Amino acid sequence: MSLELKQVQKSYREPSGGLLHVLNVEEFRLQQGEQIALVGSSGGGKTTLLNVISGISNPDCGKVIIGGNDVTAMQEAARDRFRAERIGFVFQTFNLLPAFSALENVLLGMSFSGKANKARASELLGRVGLKTRMSHRPPQLSVGEQQRVAVARALANSPSLLLADEPTASVDLANQETVLKLIRDACSENNVSLLLVTHSSEVASLFGRVEKLSDFNKPELLDRKGDSA
Amino acid sequence: MNLFTIAWKSVKQRALASSLTALSVALGVMLMSSVLVLHGIIKRTFSQDTFGYDLIVGPKGSDLQLVLSSVYRIQPPIENLHYKYYLQLKANKKIEVAVPIALGDNSQKGNFPIVGTTGDYFTNDYAYGKSFLIRGEALKKPLDTIIGSAVARKNGWDIGSQFQITHGGQEEDVHDEKFTVVGILKKTGTPNDKTIFILLQDLLEMEGHEQPVEEGLDKWLKVIGKSKDDFTAEELNAFRHDPDIAKEVTSVFVKFKRRIRSADASGVDNSQAQASQLAFQFQQKLKEGHVANAVNPVIVMDRLLKNIVGNIQLVLMILISLIIVVAGLSIFVSIYNSMTDRRKEIAIMRALGARRTTVFSIILSESILLCVGGGFAGFLLGHLVVLVASPFVESASGLLIDPFAFEMEELYLIPAMVLLASLVGFIPGLTAYRTDVAKALGD
Repeated sequence: MSLELKQVQKSYREPSGGLLHVLNVEEFRLQQGEQIALVGSSGGGKTTLLNVISGISNPDCGKVIIGGNDVTAMQEAARDRFRAERIGFVFQTFNLLPAFSALENVLLGMSFSGKANKARASELLGRVGLKTRMSHRPPQLSVGEQQRVAVARALANSPSLLLADEPTASVDLANQETVLKLIRDACSENNVSLLLVTHSSEVASLFGRVEKLSDFNKPELLDRKGDSA
Repeated sequence: MNLFTIAWKSVKQRALASSLTALSVALGVMLMSSVLVLHGIIKRTFSQDTFGYDLIVGPKGSDLQLVLSSVYRIQPPIENLHYKYYLQLKANKKIEVAVPIALGDNSQKGNFPIVGTTGDYFTNDYAYGKSFLIRGEALKKPLDTIIGSAVARKNGWDIGSQFQITHGGQEEDVHDEKFTVVGILKKTGTPNDKTIFILLQDLLEMEGHEQPVEEGLDKWLKVIGKSKDDFTAEELNAFRHDPDIAKEVTSVFVKFKRRIRSADASGVDNSQAQASQLAFQFQQKLKEGHVANAVNPVIVMDRLLKNIVGNIQLVLMILISLIIVVAGLSIFVSIYNSMTDRRKEIAIMRALGARRTTVFSIILSESILLCVGGGFAGFLLGHLVVLVASPFVESASGLLIDPFAFEMEELYLIPAMVLLASLVGFIPGLTAYRTDVAKALGD
């Protein structure tokens, strides 16, 4: 599923009352099945970009079009539904729910799209090498295992777009490769578009297309506009 | 995975806090449930809406005392009626049936009240349209007894069982006579179930049951409104030799004569109304005199239930409702306090596609699980309390307690718990609803 951002801007109100411009993307495209590594400095707006793409946050203006659907034009409930059904999310800190087992964490994401399927959840956990750890809760799993559960959860609803926010930042070197391979292979097998945010040049080097956020995100232009106004 | 499963996981995660809050609800519901059950038992016990007789005639004194001793057999009689007065009532042409009862003794085993009466007690209905059904035989010969169903069950007695009775219920003062069970009453749902019936004559002839002759004479003269000066010495001696002069009964159950299918101008059967009128006139006449008192037990108990028992229950229910509200507030505090820690959890769910209404419903479901779960546990505990307490309450009060009694009012607790849960879960649910996902994920 293709992704297209057009003239997307996002700012936050600061406690002082001023505006902090975070996103100002004139245009950004990701083709169906394409895999992109997005690199950028800390505080450069990477997470905000992912939140805007996934519909967690609405941009101040502009359009986010995913597979021909204008996410920004949707009502919040429709955006939630769209996110549940079409977008997979892998977080830097895994964000697994500690009260739920590995299997239940995967099922949870499926439940919100109304497609809870225990067999598929088990199969996914099997594919990420956790067949024997399905009933374990996150605190009982290693960091690498937790991230693999998070990957399985992100893939559970057969998304068309996978957003990964520094998925290897919290895992050790040995597991980094495994996790990356898992994500990339799963996306390739299912023709899922992948936008992976990383600050690691090593990780980025594995991708055919690497985009620097600062190359297409120019919030400083908004700052200047604000200054002149 | 449905909302309740997700909510249950969260409840389990905070097991200690959840258990304590559910326990506070359970304790409130336990109190309410046990009060409802006990009140129901008391109400059923004392609100026999019909009585097989028109009046109970007893000595002057408290109406309530007379009913509690003669009908419910949970209070000892204070005074007695002269036996000859009973004979007078029996001879009254307006009275169809006059059945004497004499109380005061108890069975050695089980401490059940002994009632001395005549065979008429069993041939008359104990309540309107309800006759006694006896397995075995009627009271015929000396030392025969008929026992109530609860006596048979609790003492393990059957036809042929023999037992002794204690004088005035004092354990050390056992009468020599050995009584034999000849009949067992089918359950009536009335105090008859916990009563042992013997022939009045047996009771009167037992040691210590007759009053001194002179005392009996004085009482009889008082009944007929005379003094010893009104009689010659020979006449007084004749009184003294009367075999009934020293005998007493506790009270007399009286039923007035009804005309068969009496009808007024409109063709309506008014025989019951006529009997009630006769009873009322008789009652008024006795009120004016100094000999006896007549009461309708249904009216007396109705007054007691409405004015005293009903008000006590109302006060208890209000107090217990407040306890449950406080328990509900503790659920609110527990869930609300947990919301700060759970902002991220909620944000993760929202990021996975959960709608605002979904996370609101999950929090509300938690509240419902705690309230309804605690409520159900309280319901079971309440009945356990009744089950455990029933033998003690029975022995202390003389009431028959059904340990498995259930009150329909208890069903109202279910919607009440759901309503309470919805109220206390609303604000935490709203907090979840309003969670800023991007901010909470960033935290």
